Amino acid sequence: MNKIQNNKAWFFVLPVFALVAFNALIPLMTVVNYSIQETFGNNEFFWAGPTWFSDILRSDRFHAALGRSLFFTAVVLAIEIPLGLAIALCMPKKGPWVSVCLILMALPLLIPWNVVGSMWNIMALPDLGLLGRGINALGIEYNYTRQPVAAWFTLILMDVWHWTSLVTLLCYAGLVSIPDAYYQAAKIDGAKALAVFRFIQLPKLKHVLTIAVLLRFMDSFMIYTEVVVLTGGGPGNSTTFLSIDLVKYALGQFDLGHAAAMSLIYFLIILIVSWLFYTLMMREETN
Amino acid sequence: MAKITIENLRHAYISNPTQPDHYALKHVHLDWADGGAYALLGPSGCGKTTLLNLISGLLPPSEGRILFDGRDVTHDTPEKRNIAQVFQFPVIYDTMTVYDNLAFPLRNRGVDETEIKKRVDNIADMLELTSTLSKRASGLTADGKQKISLGRGLVRSDVNVVMFDEPLTVIDPHLKWQLRSKLKELQQRIKRTMIYVTHDQTEALTFADLVVVMNNGEIVQTGTPIELFDKPRHTFVGHFIGSPGMNFLPCEVKGGKAVVGGQTINAENAKAAKSGKLELGIRPEFISFTKTGLAADVTKVSDIGRVRVVETRLASGHMVKLVVPEGDAIPTGKANITFDPNRTHVYENSWLAGDKMGAAQ
Repeated sequence: MNKIQNNKAWFFVLPVFALVAFNALIPLMTVVNYSIQETFGNNEFFWAGPTWFSDILRSDRFHAALGRSLFFTAVVLAIEIPLGLAIALCMPKKGPWVSVCLILMALPLLIPWNVVGSMWNIMALPDLGLLGRGINALGIEYNYTRQPVAAWFTLILMDVWHWTSLVTLLCYAGLVSIPDAYYQAAKIDGAKALAVFRFIQLPKLKHVLTIAVLLRFMDSFMIYTEVVVLTGGGPGNSTTFLSIDLVKYALGQFDLGHAAAMSLIYFLIILIVSWLFYTLMMREETN
Repeated sequence: MAKITIENLRHAYISNPTQPDHYALKHVHLDWADGGAYALLGPSGCGKTTLLNLISGLLPPSEGRILFDGRDVTHDTPEKRNIAQVFQFPVIYDTMTVYDNLAFPLRNRGVDETEIKKRVDNIADMLELTSTLSKRASGLTADGKQKISLGRGLVRSDVNVVMFDEPLTVIDPHLKWQLRSKLKELQQRIKRTMIYVTHDQTEALTFADLVVVMNNGEIVQTGTPIELFDKPRHTFVGHFIGSPGMNFLPCEVKGGKAVVGGQTINAENAKAAKSGKLELGIRPEFISFTKTGLAADVTKVSDIGRVRVVETRLASGHMVKLVVPEGDAIPTGKANITFDPNRTHVYENSWLAGDKMGAAQ
């Protein structure tokens, strides 16, 4: 039987191609367009070459924002991953309390991000909020609208409250999928709880932990809404992360060239870090 | 290295059992000698894994006692009982090498490294794992992994009993018999008490010296493979062991002889049968075509290799299967069959008539 050779099948791919084009390629290319040209409105463009990129890469403002973003992500990951894992390990594996725990854990994830920001904004108010008044009552001076350390503390606390559940739920799903036989075998082999964790639970959770770290890295590195609502990037610029700085460039100063170049650099950083991380975590697998 | 005694053991998975049906394990009484090879055989859900987990200490029994060498271990942990268990699916520690996997139970017990090396090398040699010792255990095939599970049990010199819970389930067919004969060989070499749980009669009959057949949470018969074949104590054993299983025909007993469809048939224990539902049991291997005898129509012949299975229908409508060796002639259409009287048994309410233990049940 002869195969009919033609290219008609490509028509079936067209709708998907159009969809991808409209939601990813065209917006991205618009950004690329702005990043290499100068515009003064009226749809007039002038070639700018790599000017915006070199400006951004050399600017102290960018370095500072990048540093803040990286530091925030690092702190948040360092707290949320171990904490989430620890909570998952403590959660019951069967019985009526399973549902209770799962619902409690899922709650923070269901709250809209700007609401999370508002909640913590009010809660941390030094004069009215429970948290703010509580800390001040302990004799520690705390005012997140004036002290950078207090602002950072509040932001990290908020993010931990908001997102540790995600890590917990992922880890919990991984934990309950470990067959009983592993625990029984470990019991028979005389393994202590620490060895069970080290040699059974942790290796079996490797994949979900990879996913958790990736998701939390991307989300925390791009955090915007909650920060804007809570601190607005302040006091001063102390909590101005890359995302907030980017909006300042684009909408505050209407500096589209710099904003576009910065977007692309931002995008590339996330892409490269995620790829590096994923490759490193999975490399052992293939060996 | 222990004699195992099980006294009046019962187990229910629900908290307040009142009826016999609530028990996954109804009433078990066993005495197993040190160093024997035993098999627990039965269909899925018959309670054999429950019994195994009770012996290993992974489950606490609802009632009864378990003794190792006369010492009551009913409430001891698996670690304290010093047992080893191989599960249905291979359990290995993924991040460790094969060597570390085998050494793990010893390290947990604080054995010193030179002794560990000696024992691991010895076990690896027995299981033909020596060439893979330095490899990551997760890279091995299913049978290799199952050998590691087994090795972790054998590496401890003082293990009381090694238990297998359907260990060949995930092994490729062509490796099954290899691993099976390896197990048998190991058992004979190290003379440790081993208990093998399976629903596969071939595995049970080839591995064990003594097979315990279970059904519905009860032990139906304990015996050597030959006994189970020659003299099933219960119709369940007759059905379950042998392929095809035993033939059972409703019968009456008159004057010490069995009567099937008006025809008198000699059966070794016909005199013992008294009342109740009576059945005549005969293995397909012990029926032959003869000139005279019970009239039967040949309905189907299937060639299963060395032998052929012939299905016949009696005048009463009951089916009787025969196993005919290769080369023997098989009549077509109307024929006559004769049962070997020494291998023909009468069953009374499903239990072998006249059998003391059977009557007691």
